[in-house]
Amino acid sequence: MELKVSDLAVSRGGLVVLEGLDFALAAGHALVLRGPNGIGKTTLLRTLAGLQPAVAGTISAPPESLAYASHSDGLKAALDVTENLRFWASVHGLDAAAVGVALDAMNLRALARRPAANLSAGQKRRLGLARLLVTGRPVWLLDEPTVSLDATSVALFSAVVRGHLAAGGLAVLASHIDLGLPEAEVLDLGPFRPRRARAAHAPAGGFDEAFA
Amino acid sequence: MIALLVRDLRLAVRAGGGFGLGLAFFLLVAVLVPLGVGPEGGTLGRIAPGILWVGALLACLLSLDRLFALDFEDGSLDLLATAPLPLEGAVAAKALAHWLVTGLPLALLSPVLGILLNLPAAGYLWLVVSLLVGTPALSVIGAFGAAVTVGLKRGGLLLSLLVLPLYVPTLIFGAEVVKRGATGAEFATPLALLAAITAGAAALLPFAAAAALRINLR
Repeated sequence: MELKVSDLAVSRGGLVVLEGLDFALAAGHALVLRGPNGIGKTTLLRTLAGLQPAVAGTISAPPESLAYASHSDGLKAALDVTENLRFWASVHGLDAAAVGVALDAMNLRALARRPAANLSAGQKRRLGLARLLVTGRPVWLLDEPTVSLDATSVALFSAVVRGHLAAGGLAVLASHIDLGLPEAEVLDLGPFRPRRARAAHAPAGGFDEAFA
Repeated sequence: MIALLVRDLRLAVRAGGGFGLGLAFFLLVAVLVPLGVGPEGGTLGRIAPGILWVGALLACLLSLDRLFALDFEDGSLDLLATAPLPLEGAVAAKALAHWLVTGLPLALLSPVLGILLNLPAAGYLWLVVSLLVGTPALSVIGAFGAAVTVGLKRGGLLLSLLVLPLYVPTLIFGAEVVKRGATGAEFATPLALLAAITAGAAALLPFAAAAALRINLR
């Protein structure tokens, strides 16, 4: 399994926000996307996930190999933790054993029968991340996965990601904080802004690398 | 698909799922119309097929805007779109779930409300049959409308405006079946047309709805 992106351009609301993206990610590797708010991290992840078409360029991984975790966790408040996970497991063709593994991995065993409506923000997030484990897909696309997680849960999550990588998986993460994944490569999205936007954002009178 | 169907049914019958909403609305219409029209049995019996069908149609419409909007808001629509299940299948499963919690109970409850409206005795069977045959079209057409308006805030008004014209043929032929059934006239033609609308809508609209959802998710 390999994720290879060549000359990719993505757009949001008809405006190209990132262009000329080229990277390759081999099995067992993680890529952390960095960049200020609004640069297009979410747009890039949604394009990789196949939720929106790319303006230009190619993505090598087939959409069936990608699991996307957005800002919202896709939980149903009226269902309990196990029911939420069991639903996604059966949509992805996995059985109850995978649900048990996911519950243990994100430390949700004690909350297994609690309705999602009564979970705290961090617990919801943990459940949303546990969903990745019941997709059975090799490439994880994670958008700000650690929002509202405490330090213990971030460590738990890092362990889960590391386990996924060790099993030959891949992960692309958009995150502002340190995830405790020193082995992950970091990709700064700043240089991939379209040329005109970069020129407009350059400080007045300063060195403008677009014309260098 | 079965997993999605089971989840939607479970969500509908749990607290806050809105399972009883359409039924309660249907009941209210059938109770209030005789009070407003007056107690003459002849008049009521004549308008009963139309009133019952209009009531069923509006009751279906009532819960439509939640069909995709809830999944859109909590992010599960994104996840469904990236799941192995084709989006067309997801739309069909959700429309079927909608029919099972609105159309089917409406059809089963309708004879009771027929009594309130003094429906002629010969009409009861055809009331249930026409609702069973016609209401699936209401759910599928509604799913298409809900898919088109999914990203909009307060899309309910636009949804009603989009969907109501598409509901008109179903309403006309559905009420016609009951009217003719009640008076002992020949009803095969409107019933066949009603079934044709349902079959056509169920075959084609899931694809249109899935295409609309893909555009709205961008």
